[in-house]
Amino acid sequence: MRRGAVIVAIAALALGLLAFVPWIADGYQLSLAIGILNYAVLATAWTLFSGPTRYVSLATVAFFGIGAYTVAVLGEVLAWPVVLLIALGTGSVVALVVGFATLRLSGVYFVIFTFGLAELIRQVVTWFEVNVTRTLGRYVFVDISQEQIYWQLLGLTALVFGAGYAIRRSRLGLALRVIGDDEVVARHLGIGTTAAKVALFTFSAGFMTLCGAIMAPRWTYIDPAIAFNPVVSFQVLIMALLGGAHRLYGPLLGVIPLTLLFEFLLARFPNHFSILIGLAFMAIVYAIPRGITGLVEQASARLRRGAAP
Amino acid sequence: MQRMSGLIRAASVAACLALAAGTASAQEPKSIKIGYAISKTGPNAGGANITQIPNYQMWVKEVNDKGGLMLKSIGKRVPIEVIEYDDRSNSEEAVRAVERLVTQDKVDLLFPPWGTGLNLAVGPVFNKYGYPQLAFSAVTDRAPELAKRWPNSFWFLGTSQMYVGALADLLAKQQKVGKINANVAMISIADGFGIDLSKAAREALPKAGMKLVYDKSYPIGTQDLSPLIAEAQRSGADTFVAFSYPPDTVALTDQAKVASFSPKVMFLGVGVGFPLYPGKFGANTEGVMSLGGLSKDNAGTAEYRKKHNAMHGRDPDYWGSQVGYASLQMLQQAVERVGKIDRPAIIKELQTGTFDTVLGKIKLEGNMPKDAFWVLGQWQNGFYTGVAPQRPGVAELIVPKPAWKP
Repeated sequence: MRRGAVIVAIAALALGLLAFVPWIADGYQLSLAIGILNYAVLATAWTLFSGPTRYVSLATVAFFGIGAYTVAVLGEVLAWPVVLLIALGTGSVVALVVGFATLRLSGVYFVIFTFGLAELIRQVVTWFEVNVTRTLGRYVFVDISQEQIYWQLLGLTALVFGAGYAIRRSRLGLALRVIGDDEVVARHLGIGTTAAKVALFTFSAGFMTLCGAIMAPRWTYIDPAIAFNPVVSFQVLIMALLGGAHRLYGPLLGVIPLTLLFEFLLARFPNHFSILIGLAFMAIVYAIPRGITGLVEQASARLRRGAAP
Repeated sequence: MQRMSGLIRAASVAACLALAAGTASAQEPKSIKIGYAISKTGPNAGGANITQIPNYQMWVKEVNDKGGLMLKSIGKRVPIEVIEYDDRSNSEEAVRAVERLVTQDKVDLLFPPWGTGLNLAVGPVFNKYGYPQLAFSAVTDRAPELAKRWPNSFWFLGTSQMYVGALADLLAKQQKVGKINANVAMISIADGFGIDLSKAAREALPKAGMKLVYDKSYPIGTQDLSPLIAEAQRSGADTFVAFSYPPDTVALTDQAKVASFSPKVMFLGVGVGFPLYPGKFGANTEGVMSLGGLSKDNAGTAEYRKKHNAMHGRDPDYWGSQVGYASLQMLQQAVERVGKIDRPAIIKELQTGTFDTVLGKIKLEGNMPKDAFWVLGQWQNGFYTGVAPQRPGVAELIVPKPAWKP
């Protein structure tokens, strides 16, 4: 119990300090901070579902894009909180429908399906825009400053961590861990596996949708290729895996170094970025297969063993 | 209180000193830093590589060969230093790269990225820091509104109405003298370019007295366009309009030839003005219309094309390239007239001044060039000649297009 209180206190302090970033950072640093928070939310939301269940999802950008598109369609006509709520609702409904239809799939079938889902939604949006509204590419002129985007993302980060913390300590969290270890055993124990999986999938998708909605005003112009860019899904996956998906704070440890690494490589080697990033990924997979949290745990275990005798 | 005002005085002296130091170093800059983030990888890389990057390289080399930009305020030429980033065809990367250029690299001037989407994405950043944005690879219907919202932004390629309006006028003129009937068959690609232009055409054509008898869109990557061609052929239209991308432009020409479909007016989209088009179709390009165009007797453009070919080993395209190079010349002249890196003054000069470019004299109206370049062109005797708008050197439209040669 005391340990829980300490964690909450540390988190609250960090949050309080981070809220001051816009006053000291220049435009570029703020931009970098927004990038880190964006991926922190996405990767942590991804881990909420994929961490315990071990279902690798590539649908991140499907929900992110739904959020961004909701803002593109409604941003200029409705009040901002209402737009966010509608985005959340749309993303959740899609996740619910998709979840019930597909979470019986597992393994590589699920991976392929989720990748296809993002592409399917992109094509549906394109078809609709071409044949019904007859515009492709929408303008987002919403008066939201970069600072406000930063604060909203920071709030969302706090929410996603809070939610993750609560779920881990709930019956649902336990049920999901059992499912991750062995789904057949879980079913025999009387766990409603489908309901548990769908619930968490929807929850995680809600965060991704909100994240997309908050980020959209940064780009002024949105078309399906921008909103549903598959690179986002892969980047989230890599960041979460680098950090370690079995801990709540794991993805954060992947997001920060990788965002900074991307930034460094793009700034110093703009012409060789793709090659270097490929080499970096290979190095990560070979050198730290269990992620940074795995390394940390290994080190602390060794320390304890060394200190014991 | 006494101590307080002393502090303030000390602070203001320090501030003055800092300012003086700042101006002292600004008086003797070693170089003028110009930064740009452009799509070196990703889906935009192709366009950026044809229309934009070669122009940047060429312009920088030419200016530096002369010793740099002439700054009157210090009475000498200052060479250009380039900082370039890859935005990976991604809006978020583009926004961040431009922020980095401004706040970390502290560049003096920025060049725009490639394409409508990315130019709009970085628009707020250019505007926030007050850098002139001379976008020359973006066609957007909101250009006039954007120029008002961001007075530092310039939209050289204009709006889709501009292109379609010119086409509708040309067609209406031909129809009045009885050279073609009023029927038009139109197909368009289901992507930004095709959707915007076909939407504008649906309004502009009927207004000009033409009738749209066939109107279909097709998805990106469609290989077999012969069903569309057959239907357009049966529609009884004398005019065939396709708002297409390069691969479909080539396919349409090929398949129209196979089907012996030779409409009196044949307008195709992007690609007709690419060097590969006459290379592939030779004499059969005669009479084909598209966007862009060249003046027969403009020495400036001819010299530009020669220089481009000498430096890069290939021809520029007939539309955005020359406009882009002209925009760089305008930036250069604006900087040299102002005589120092004073961005508000440079923007003002761009808005109000008259400039000598490879396209001829350009003066902007509402941050957009008016009748400064050829909006529509037609292949005539192996030369891609400008046929609209009505400006000096305009060629008469050839109607009907000659039949296909075997």
